[in-house]
Amino acid sequence: MSEDHETTLDTLKPGEKARITKVRVKGTARRKLMDMGMVAGTEIELVRNAPLGDPMDYNIKGYHLSIRKEEAKQIFINKL
Amino acid sequence: MEGRKIKIALTGNPNVGKTTLFNALTGSRQHVGNWPGVTVEKKSGRVSYKDYDIEVIDLPGTYSLTAYSMDEIVARDFIIEEKPDIVIQVVDASNLERNLYLTTQLMELGSEILIVLNMCDIAEERGDRIYIEKMEELLATPVIRTVASQKKGICDLLDRVIEQKEIQQHHGHEIGYGTEIEDKILEIEKVLAEDETRDTRYPLRWISIRLLEGDSNVREKISKSPVYDRVMQIIDSIDQEEYEAEIADKRYLAINTVFPQMCTRANDKLTKSDMIDRVLTNKYLGIPIFLALMWGAFELTFAFATPFMDMIDLASTWFAEYVSSSLQPAWLASLVGDGIIGGVGAVLVFVPNIFILFFLLSLLEGSGYLARAAFIMDKLMYKIGMHGKSFIPMLMGFGCNVPAIMAARSIEDEKDRLITILVVPFVSCGARLPIYVLFAGTFFGRQAGTVIFGMYVLGIVIAIISAKILRTTVVRGKPAPFIMELPPYRVPTLKTSFIHMWDNGFMYIKKAGTIILVGVVVIWALASFPWGVQYGSENSYVGLLGHAVEPLLKPLGFDWKISVALIFGLVAKEIVVASMGVLYGAGDNSNVLSDRLIADSGMTALTSLSLMAFSLLYMPCVATVGVIRKETGSWKWTLFAIFYGIIVAWITAFTIYKGGVLLGY
Ligand SMILES: Nc1nc2c(ncn2[C@@H]2O[C@H](COP(=O)(O)OP(=O)(O)O)[C@@H](O)[C@H]2O)c(=O)[nH]1
Ligand SMILES: [Mg+2]
Repeated sequence: MSEDHETTLDTLKPGEKARITKVRVKGTARRKLMDMGMVAGTEIELVRNAPLGDPMDYNIKGYHLSIRKEEAKQIFINKL
Repeated sequence: MEGRKIKIALTGNPNVGKTTLFNALTGSRQHVGNWPGVTVEKKSGRVSYKDYDIEVIDLPGTYSLTAYSMDEIVARDFIIEEKPDIVIQVVDASNLERNLYLTTQLMELGSEILIVLNMCDIAEERGDRIYIEKMEELLATPVIRTVASQKKGICDLLDRVIEQKEIQQHHGHEIGYGTEIEDKILEIEKVLAEDETRDTRYPLRWISIRLLEGDSNVREKISKSPVYDRVMQIIDSIDQEEYEAEIADKRYLAINTVFPQMCTRANDKLTKSDMIDRVLTNKYLGIPIFLALMWGAFELTFAFATPFMDMIDLASTWFAEYVSSSLQPAWLASLVGDGIIGGVGAVLVFVPNIFILFFLLSLLEGSGYLARAAFIMDKLMYKIGMHGKSFIPMLMGFGCNVPAIMAARSIEDEKDRLITILVVPFVSCGARLPIYVLFAGTFFGRQAGTVIFGMYVLGIVIAIISAKILRTTVVRGKPAPFIMELPPYRVPTLKTSFIHMWDNGFMYIKKAGTIILVGVVVIWALASFPWGVQYGSENSYVGLLGHAVEPLLKPLGFDWKISVALIFGLVAKEIVVASMGVLYGAGDNSNVLSDRLIADSGMTALTSLSLMAFSLLYMPCVATVGVIRKETGSWKWTLFAIFYGIIVAWITAFTIYKGGVLLGY
């Protein structure tokens, strides 16, 4: 069930899915994230954290994309 | 017979099998170099097929063609400025959606595109279905299936290349960005068109879109144009971030509308790669497995390299002696024998290490594990002001600093890369071990192992502190964000790894070769003149130089002999040992040398400790200096590396020596 509660990507737990609502990352990272498919409306799932806890391994558009919590905090989502 | 010429360029996302396809196409007929002015690798090769002479250029792998990295700028400038007849995009059939994003950008560039659907075996095994005809129709480009790792579909691809070259019909395909953005695009296009001196190779629509997306590289390209100010007025009137997001959105939207028609994906069941990842990046197992793999890689490197190193050593010694005894006059015999062959041989000894390290690096990369290594180590690296991708280059440094610095190429961010290059020389390489073995063995007896281990730790600590210092001074800023694909695990192709090893090893010999040769000859001249003195003795220039720098090194506990040995060590650090042998009249008998060192009242355990630390840290050997120059493309940074090393070494050795004296040793 979709719950209309906006949070940030870093709060996702392994196995949980969400839909991206806004990418607030600044600078060149923003560009790169968009090129890699992080655009509003896209479904994203947290696969796992790295062994030391950061970065995170997400599944997006059928492939694995890894980013740090620092960036994940600036990406807004609705949990699915 | 000269065939008709066709020029094709390969593009595609990283890890789609582009290199494998390039190797399958060109075989051994390839050439590796650099793109002018940048350190991005340029590979080109040739194929003769039917009546055609086809030139293939392997562009850097990119996800996009914005100005995010040098790779992307190189790729798009090539496509626009060199106008290859056909641009081939290699696409990973098992990851179609994201791959098509680059396709939308290639179309905007107005190039003649052909799509290679690679990794068809994986997509099929998984049960995905891709409808080729539908895809060709929707994208208005030919689509060819290949399995590059098995050389399947190569002839088919070449046939289609020729066919497309002969028809020469261009079907443009454009993405609409919605009324608001389209209006702006038109507005900018109109203004740009007024400039009659403009570079007509660049499509107006493309420039306009890039400007709306805030592309600084394109902005610079038109900065001399008389209409620049007017264009900027339009750009400044919009909300850049909003437009940027909207344009990326629209591209993915366009993909989403065509994608379901050309492909049905099998249910999202767990792939083999996911299962491997459950183990290899597991919370508890991930790090132990990583460490075990790295340790295994080192064992393998040394096991394989040792016999080759012994052979090179024997051969160069024999050859030097042979030349010395058969050449006339004597100075020439000495120059060629002692100087060139001896010196170059000392550096060549490390070539097997370098080759094997490159081979293993390529296996790691091809298997997909290299990305995991960065993923696993990023948190630690980030803490010391570096990027996860810096870890493997630094680790390789323990084998040899040369391939380590070259491996830093995989780091996109210029600053991250520069810092890695500058701190790698502090990582204690194989050539420094003989120095520790001699001195720790001579002066520390049963504690020798601990002392040697301490040297390795010292190197790491200095590297970490240096990274921190550099981050707050000359290379300011935070490490670049970690945004990285973790590609599926794959079986690497041996051929690709062999070619990678050969290309890089050979490039090292070619490029660093000149600097090494110059370095070796200079040292030879210092050791041999004034003519008639014994080679490298007190009366030679190097002996005089040793005396001259002695006051500088005195506070570290070093006399002129050590100074001379350190000067020789600039060729390759293990030469410090050999030249101590000469200076102490012990030849290459290490037992005699040990005894004489102990007998020398100027040499104490404390001096030897200070000397080991100094040898570890002082300027990189000539081979390393050569690659630093090549990889940074700058003498400024090369000199910085040299002087920074010397200063750090001096301070560290001074602290050890004076500290020891104060403590009463
Ligand atoms: N199964 C399969 N593996 C492939 C194929 N093409 C390449 N590979 C493997 O995919 C990995 C990445 O290939 P590489 O050519 O280095 O990719 P690049 O980053 O695009 O240059 C290597 O391990 C190759 O052996 C293919 O068609 N099928
Ligand atoms: Mg490649």
